[in-house]
Amino acid sequence: MNEATTPDMLKEQSSAVRFYGIWLVAAIALIVLPLVFSSGGSLTSFSLIGIAIIFALSYNILLGQTGLLSFGHAVHYGLGGFLAVHAMNAVAAHDLPIPLPFIPLFGGIGGLAFAILVGWVMTKRAGTVFAMISLGIGELVASSSLILRSVFGGESGITTDRTALPHMFGWSFGPQLQVYYLIAFWTMVSAIAMYALTRTPLGRICNAVRDNPERVEFIGYDPHVVRYFAYGFAGFFAGIAGGLTAINFEIANSAYLGATQSGLVLFSAFIGGIAYFFGPVLGAILVTYLQLGLTNLTTVWQLYFGLIFIGIVMFAPGGIAGLLMIHRPLIRAGSLAMVIPSYLVAALPTLALALGVILSIETVARYAASQGEGNIINLLGIPFDATRPLTWAVAAVLVFGGFLVARITWRRVAEAWDRAATVARDRGYLA
Amino acid sequence: MLELIVISTLNGVLFGMLLFLLSSGLTVIFSMMGVLNFAHASFYMLGAFFGYQLTKWIGFWPALVLAPLLVGAVGMAVERYGLRNTHKHGHVAELLLTFGLAFAIEEIVSMIWGKSPVDYRIPAALDFPAFTIFSTNYPAYKIFMLAVSVSIFVALLVVLKKTRVGLIVQAALTHPSMVGHLGHNVGRIFMLVFGVGSALAGLAGVIAGPSLVTQSDMAAFLGPILFVVIVFGGLGSLPGAFIASLVIGLVQTFAVALNGSLASAFGPLDPGLGPSVLTDIWNVTIAQIAPILPYVLLVLILIVRPVGLLGTRET
Repeated sequence: MNEATTPDMLKEQSSAVRFYGIWLVAAIALIVLPLVFSSGGSLTSFSLIGIAIIFALSYNILLGQTGLLSFGHAVHYGLGGFLAVHAMNAVAAHDLPIPLPFIPLFGGIGGLAFAILVGWVMTKRAGTVFAMISLGIGELVASSSLILRSVFGGESGITTDRTALPHMFGWSFGPQLQVYYLIAFWTMVSAIAMYALTRTPLGRICNAVRDNPERVEFIGYDPHVVRYFAYGFAGFFAGIAGGLTAINFEIANSAYLGATQSGLVLFSAFIGGIAYFFGPVLGAILVTYLQLGLTNLTTVWQLYFGLIFIGIVMFAPGGIAGLLMIHRPLIRAGSLAMVIPSYLVAALPTLALALGVILSIETVARYAASQGEGNIINLLGIPFDATRPLTWAVAAVLVFGGFLVARITWRRVAEAWDRAATVARDRGYLA
Repeated sequence: MLELIVISTLNGVLFGMLLFLLSSGLTVIFSMMGVLNFAHASFYMLGAFFGYQLTKWIGFWPALVLAPLLVGAVGMAVERYGLRNTHKHGHVAELLLTFGLAFAIEEIVSMIWGKSPVDYRIPAALDFPAFTIFSTNYPAYKIFMLAVSVSIFVALLVVLKKTRVGLIVQAALTHPSMVGHLGHNVGRIFMLVFGVGSALAGLAGVIAGPSLVTQSDMAAFLGPILFVVIVFGGLGSLPGAFIASLVIGLVQTFAVALNGSLASAFGPLDPGLGPSVLTDIWNVTIAQIAPILPYVLLVLILIVRPVGLLGTRET
């Protein structure tokens, strides 16, 4: 190139480098992770997280991109899983030349097929009605799956053997490590595909349908058709996630289709943040990790999910991604240092409040479970006896004291935030 | 056959009236605030468990009054400190808040009372057969449930149609900002309506608890049916909710009572065919498909009339 490179072009180049850099780093991380953490437990966790990422991203095609709140997304995930299992069994039984890495595609087709079937009626209307219908369809499919025993295997589900399929590159996909790489490959491919989808005209018109369906109609698109397409894509990728789950566990059962699964994916996407593409990824990692970690520690882990979710909905509707991204203009304007001290001050009473809530929940849970028998809660290495009044008093002091003090410090945070935002605005980094 | 029809009609109307106790509150809350309260069935469950606990402590009759009041107070707190703060983030955030609440309430209930059903019994004063019909004893408690739901229904009708409060509530349904301009505290009206709606759900829980099963999954079981009722009847339409409650109550009760299947009607399939989807469908009894019937009705009404039976609103 002979012409002098203008600052604009430089900026464009550097943003392109950064853009491809992120995807490259993600790919390298997926490859290197199992080499660093090679224990069986962490391999299983990584596999589940990979699947959860695809599932949460597919959910965000609906909620984040198109504004469709679905309470029955697990239907596509589960049906994808079932079709994948049946495909695997059929391949093994008839010696078809289809190796295992292609099986998730069958899952995707299963999810897509059902989306095509019910989507037209469902996406007629958006908003609350769509939410209720998705709930109804979810219940319908989950209940039907227990009746159609020959397809869904009743309560026990349908099992399969992933090693019975033709091998590929000499891999039998028996060891978890090979399954992990299979999942990692599909996670990467699906994430790239779903990101690409948001950049297409269809992805853009989905955003428009979310924000203002009436104007979309004025420029000549039918919001119903756009929603239908989005629903189909979401079903397809959810089906891929379901197919991968079927490969991972070598079973598909009716729990895959149920309301709990639909709730979890909604939690993942929303806690992560639906306004940014990477939000659901964060959410899926966090929720899966918490789910795996908390189940060993406490019997009421689902309650913590509910509380975290309520907290996010009420105080940070942008999710974790939203919380991170509002700091971007401050970092650019160099005024981030103005809010950090107030964060540190607020952290202590907030932590006390959180610990108080945890201690109260655990105390009540164990007290109720053991009918008053002695039961020790281990919090930060300090043992608490659920039956002793002192424990109840400590919990009460932490909750109420923590809340009262935290409320003052939160006000300080808001003030410091306003000052920092003003600086950022003055320097032109914040609209 | 006649016996089956009479008994099932009674039970169906009873279940329908119970559904209407819940769906009426849900509908009024939805049309006023635009919020579909996902936690409504959870308030019903809270009512049942509060009723159980208070019955243990102070007896059934005081519990019948106190438990709904407690649930109403919980509902008002949810509106005041939860929904009102979330309102600025839009309807989806509000819906999600109630979804999270439903989730949390179920977990809290199962944490305190356990996951298995609790022993919530019919009070001794009502534990006798009211009348005998075709050699079946019809329990007095069911008549009591029916009486309570019908009287609440009548009271609701009178309050909404004949009193000043009802007038304001009706006005706030369609023109909330105009009601505010006229000097009424719309925020407080919303809170009260939310409280009354929750209290009605709680009352339904207290009276239904001893008759049905009081268990921590009762909200998750009834909630989806409730949403079917209000979508079926037409979102925001009180008469629609009434008809839909009765229809779904009757359909489900009759389905549970019928034991027929395609196999019993047309004879069994050739056993040489082996297990397939066809044999599954052929052998399933009507009683077994009862749980999915409401959702089938939902899909049908959406195809035929997307706004619901008596609905007029598009969103």
